Amino acid sequence: MKQEFNVISQIIQNNKRVLDIGCGDGTLMQYLKSNQQNDVRGLEPQKNLVQKCIAKGLSVIEGDAEKELVQFPNKSFDYAVLSQTLQAFLTPEEVLKQLLRIGKQTIVSIPNFGYWKVRLHLLFKGTMPITKNLPNEWYNTPNLHMCTIQDFVNFCNKKNIKINRSLCLTNEKISEITNKNMFYKNMLSQLGIFLIQ
Amino acid sequence: MNCERLKKTAKKGFFAQFSWAFFLFDMNKETKNIKKLIIDQSLELDCGKTIKDFPLAYETYGTLNKSKTNAILVFHALSGDQFVTNINPITKKKGWWTTAVGPGKAIDTDKFFVICVNVLGGCMGSFGPKEINPETNELFATTFPVITIKDMVKAQIYLLEHLGINKLLSVTGGSMGGMQVLQFASLYPDKTYSAIPIACSASHSAQNIALNELGRQAIMADPNWNKGNYFKTNLSPDKGLAVARMAAHITYLSDKGLQEKFGRKLQVKGNLKFSFDADFQIESYLRHQGSVFVDRFDANSYLYITRAMDYFDLTKQFNGNLANAFKKTKTKFCVISFSSDWLYPTKENKEIVIALNASGANVSFVEINSDKGHDSFLLDIPEFLKTLGEFINSNYKEFNNETRI
Repeated sequence: MKQEFNVISQIIQNNKRVLDIGCGDGTLMQYLKSNQQNDVRGLEPQKNLVQKCIAKGLSVIEGDAEKELVQFPNKSFDYAVLSQTLQAFLTPEEVLKQLLRIGKQTIVSIPNFGYWKVRLHLLFKGTMPITKNLPNEWYNTPNLHMCTIQDFVNFCNKKNIKINRSLCLTNEKISEITNKNMFYKNMLSQLGIFLIQ
Repeated sequence: MNCERLKKTAKKGFFAQFSWAFFLFDMNKETKNIKKLIIDQSLELDCGKTIKDFPLAYETYGTLNKSKTNAILVFHALSGDQFVTNINPITKKKGWWTTAVGPGKAIDTDKFFVICVNVLGGCMGSFGPKEINPETNELFATTFPVITIKDMVKAQIYLLEHLGINKLLSVTGGSMGGMQVLQFASLYPDKTYSAIPIACSASHSAQNIALNELGRQAIMADPNWNKGNYFKTNLSPDKGLAVARMAAHITYLSDKGLQEKFGRKLQVKGNLKFSFDADFQIESYLRHQGSVFVDRFDANSYLYITRAMDYFDLTKQFNGNLANAFKKTKTKFCVISFSSDWLYPTKENKEIVIALNASGANVSFVEINSDKGHDSFLLDIPEFLKTLGEFINSNYKEFNNETRI
């Protein structure tokens, strides 16, 4: 399981209800279900991945978060998880609003566009950055709304979203983001992981 | 006659039932060798009438395990019967769901104990309009009470009691079978571990009611129908029933499926006959579908069962809030729809999913890509059968673990 999922599963307490949005093949769900006794549900737009999840005994609904989230009642999950997908939505702000409504807490991870390699790529090559976390060309990337860790924190502040924890990942290494180290973390991290409500 | 009876009430009304059984034997010779259970408890129907001492015909496949954790109740659709797989002993044709049920299939009869009951109102041995009314010694015909999906489901509980099954591994079925799944899961949330409604709806749409009405009118317009009393004249409304089936059959297919299979292909190559014979292959196909259907189906049954489908409105049963139908249910649901099904489109299946989510139920949903229309659930569509099989298998493990604890 990738390091990001380790971090997310550590944030999630045992025996809680979790909604995994864009759950993929259900790796995180499976882990949470069998190791932390979490009651997990998933939402995934790709049919073949939904079928994989169902085969594993996971409860997953085929559907697009931008349309489907409205059906879940308020605070019906302890955690709503959105891993590296926020930037791919047409209306990320709307999706985030829904997540905060459905989950008592929400875990969001974002690929950091402020990562130094990304910055250098654009500065020196003058073309849209392609990295391990952002492998696509500008014309075929699913990412419509890229942001940096700083952008996301600014957004939460502006919208009065409470950040309970902020973590970052660089080459498998996990660290906390604080107000003091923000400038550096925004430059050195590949991924930001936030627990918000 | 293979009539099985509920033991606890065996003494009561023995003779009455004996004579009842005798009538059945006499009038329905072709159904004499099928498994039947005479329900000698009262069942109050939605229409207000109460029925008692009525037969339920059923079939089982596979073996019930010791812990009774491998039983799956399959509900059949409008034109189906209890003969899910193998050769149907009455029609001598393959069972209606041989693609999904059988040894090594998605619903593996080497592993699971599969039960299917001919619905109330049906014509394959269960209590229906072609049974004898003991009060008049004539067929019920249109004096048979109007039954509902809920009545059908409630009747089947008696069989589960008879078989000693307290909790099923799963209930499943497509189309009207799916409606029964929903009704069952709503009525008896503790009686099944999982539920798989396929290509169905929680309430029959105006389009579906309209199409059923078309079928009924075709039957009733046939002079042989004789207000339902065709048994008196020995002429049956075959033409009406065949037209009903032809119209319905079109709704089970899709535009693309029809175009690919038949297009404008002619029966006799090259020439139009400039007549009203079946020039096109699609015409002769439909005529064939109609004619084979009348051999195995009762016209009055068709009226009653389509009516039951039209009356089905689970949302209304819960005062307009479908989520309340599944309140606090622990049953695991897997809703499956097909992309080209326009009779029970994905949208209607999704409404079930939305309601289940709103009630906090455990639900999976997938729409299977298929060009074959509503009929897809009966066909060999690997993606569908794989999903069905894997969902059941994963539940089997969990259910066994749960019962062990």
